[in-house]
Amino acid sequence: MGAYILKRLISAVPVLLGITVIVFLIMSMIPGAPATATAILGSYATPENVEKLDRDRGLDKPLVTRYFIWLGNMLTGDFGRSFSLNRPVLDEILDRFNATLVLAGVAFVLCTLLGILAGVVSAARQNGFADKAFTFVVLIGISVPSFFLGMMMILTFAVNLRLLPVSGMDAIYGGGDLPDLPRYLVMPALALAVVATGVIARLSRSAMLEVLRQDYIRTARAKGVDERRVIMGHALRAAMVSIIPVLGIQAGFALSGSVYIEIVFQWPGIGRMLVDAILKRDILLVQGGVVFVAAAYVFFNIAVEVAQSLLDPRIKT
Amino acid sequence: MSGFLKLLFRNRLAAVGAVIIGLICLVALATPLLPRADPDVPATADRFQRPFRPGHLLGTDHLGRDLASRLLWGTRLSLAVGVAAALIAGTIGSTIGIVAGYFGGRIDNVIMRGVDMLMAFPYILLALAIVAALGPGLMNALIAVAAVNIPFFARNIRGVTVGLAGREFIDAARLAGKGHTRIILTELLPNVASMIVIAMSTTAGWMILETAGLSFLGLGSQPPVADLGSMLGEARAALITSPHTSVVPGVMIFLIVMSINLLGDGVRNALDPRLRSGALTRPRAVTLVERRGAIPAADQKGLLNIQDLETQFHVGDRVYRAVNAVSLHVNPGEALGIIAESGSGKSVTALSVMGLVASPPGVITGGAVRYEGEDLLAATYRSLREKRGDKVAYIFQDPLSTLHPLFRVGDQLTEAIQAHHKEPDDAARARAVELLKAVRIPNAESRIRNYPHQMSGGMRQRVGIAMALANDPEVIIADEPTTALDVTVQAQILSLLDDLRRERGLAIIFITHDFDVVAQLCERVAVMYAGKIVEEGPTGAILAQPAHPYTRRLMACLPELGGGKRRLAAIPGLPPVVSDLPPGCAFAPRCDKATAACRAGEIPFDGDAAHRVHCLHPEFAPMEVLA
Ligand code: SF4
Repeated sequence: MGAYILKRLISAVPVLLGITVIVFLIMSMIPGAPATATAILGSYATPENVEKLDRDRGLDKPLVTRYFIWLGNMLTGDFGRSFSLNRPVLDEILDRFNATLVLAGVAFVLCTLLGILAGVVSAARQNGFADKAFTFVVLIGISVPSFFLGMMMILTFAVNLRLLPVSGMDAIYGGGDLPDLPRYLVMPALALAVVATGVIARLSRSAMLEVLRQDYIRTARAKGVDERRVIMGHALRAAMVSIIPVLGIQAGFALSGSVYIEIVFQWPGIGRMLVDAILKRDILLVQGGVVFVAAAYVFFNIAVEVAQSLLDPRIKT
Repeated sequence: MSGFLKLLFRNRLAAVGAVIIGLICLVALATPLLPRADPDVPATADRFQRPFRPGHLLGTDHLGRDLASRLLWGTRLSLAVGVAAALIAGTIGSTIGIVAGYFGGRIDNVIMRGVDMLMAFPYILLALAIVAALGPGLMNALIAVAAVNIPFFARNIRGVTVGLAGREFIDAARLAGKGHTRIILTELLPNVASMIVIAMSTTAGWMILETAGLSFLGLGSQPPVADLGSMLGEARAALITSPHTSVVPGVMIFLIVMSINLLGDGVRNALDPRLRSGALTRPRAVTLVERRGAIPAADQKGLLNIQDLETQFHVGDRVYRAVNAVSLHVNPGEALGIIAESGSGKSVTALSVMGLVASPPGVITGGAVRYEGEDLLAATYRSLREKRGDKVAYIFQDPLSTLHPLFRVGDQLTEAIQAHHKEPDDAARARAVELLKAVRIPNAESRIRNYPHQMSGGMRQRVGIAMALANDPEVIIADEPTTALDVTVQAQILSLLDDLRRERGLAIIFITHDFDVVAQLCERVAVMYAGKIVEEGPTGAILAQPAHPYTRRLMACLPELGGGKRRLAAIPGLPPVVSDLPPGCAFAPRCDKATAACRAGEIPFDGDAAHRVHCLHPEFAPMEVLA
């Protein structure tokens, strides 16, 4: 198993490099060197500063050289300095990423549990009431824009019913206590989880139906195994093989979808940081944030592959 | 195409989706013609008017602009941007996919590497990076969303193209001296075009949502012009005081995306052959029993007694009569053979006993199955479950698909034991090892930790047998348990079963298409054809004197005992499709003794209790051995 994980990690290296190349190429679409300097320095873009920056970052050098300077700097932990926040990009990213991780992580757990549960119940009671009800809810769920859903949740639960705080994550950042966090987390995590829940529920349902037709399910029944166990043990286990890869994809959607949710709920995460940075044209912050999140996602996907290999003995490890 | 549309619209939800999105598109197209106020001219005096005011059907926004008018123009803009993004992404992505799939090799490799890299990004992140570089603005948001979706098209269309590129008509075009460009444009493109269109139409909703999202973040359309996303974004500040300004654009986005989703689902379902064939319906825990006729009275024959069993498959409005008035019985310590070609209903007969026929589409429509006198077809699920594996156990054909691929064989064995006996884990495990030893699996202690795919076919088959023996059942129904095995393994397994029959007094129903096997194991044999038993009697008698022309033909195909390959397919013609059985004898079309009477009415079962035959012109001639 250790060797397998190592192999996956090594195979991630070219992907990570590819990600940096793509981000670098996109950022070099910014027209003209003066614009780039401005984008990095903002209002600090005095002629002396621009010149110094050109020297430090090699902005006057050819594209390829510039890429390697940038890559080398990142590998030593130097993501540059954000002009709009006047602090190192990496420090800001790490702070913000924590908040996003809490939000996206909880949403991911929610959509996984709810989605699979709904899918299994739907399949087990195919064409029954629960199935039809779930199918309907799922249809609504995957069609509602998460940002609109978030706003409607605020209106209903925070403003009208006064059950939950409108927005923020005060428990961590406003000096509140940790036990407060769930109250702040409920709505954003749900809003973020809804679409993914729908997708996972659909997939789980069809994966279960597919599996329930298999010969080994008939074998389990022929052995006298109880139907509940046939579904929850035999069928679900086999269906997980096709559900898990989709969980990986949906985690990516949760991670990027948190951009909207963080805006709607004033969540101090990395998505909001990125949007602010784009509006302020703070290019180093955007660059660093995108590379960081994409890299984190690559590692998450390795975890998914490892989970898959644990579940399915037929995968060669 | 029209068939496809019909199918699509039979799905009511898809039709609803099509109507909604059609209406929205119509209104969006007609917007410039409608007499509405200018959407972008502020009128500060009228700020935040509630809906249903004269002149402002939907109220006004924070600058006093007419919401209905802004909604119309915003919808128009959002749709246009989404469709444009879908077209751009579809065109570029499909081109990349076709090129990669058509040329293959290195080009394919390099392109798909790049596509994989792009797909490694969390989706919106890449769009954000592009907008960051180009700067906020609707045009740039459109470019970003289109760019992010290119890999999706490239990958899908490449897959289709790879399949087509290997086909003859492409080779033919190449031989005819056509250039690559011409082949791609005239041969490939027409074939993938429908795929591209479907992919575009199903992703358009997604792209509308994404551009709306970017606008919502303030990175898309810039004031005063607004698409639905930026309307929502601007309204957010006044969410609490004037929620209607948020609800109006939000609901519109929802409607658009939902109707496109509905339509997309409909398209996918209409194209999915599995849905139509019912391959995606869940089989029930017990086969459905809907007996039409009277239930046959119990007679005292056998431990397991199948009486006039009828099992059918109902697919759409077609009815396949898989099992037709079959009666069989087996006594303790006895082995009964059922012999037939594939597709004759022998497996369905076996599965009907314990309600294991997949249902839907299977339905048991008549007869009775009595175990120790109790009618299993009327039994509760609980009583049936308790007997499954404990009293009546199955050995299935092809243990690679009948053993669960993700469980160790030891766990599957202990589960079989614990399904009926509350044994602690280690006792059950010890028993599992014992069982593996009983079926002569070497190194049983370590084999128990194997997964099915780690064993050879013969080993897996033994595991299947061990599992059937786990609870020391009274009856074993073995459905072609040796077909996939080579001759020596087959002989071992047969002698194993034979030992068990003699030592434990096990009753065996042995289903096969192989007289050779029947001769070794069974005292009695029943020959099935097209869902019916055509001949039944002592194995010796039937082997010596087959009475039914079909039996004789089956045996004629059999080389000398112990010989090589059996050649059942050598009988001219195929078993009839059981959906439309001809009246009279089902074998008549393939029978050389058939007369008009054979095709007319029911053929009676003739003969004494020991040896019966279902034929008007039975032959008691000694068997001719065709070499
Ligand atoms: S009933 Fe007639 S057609 Fe059928 S097997 Fe006998 S002879 Fe042939």
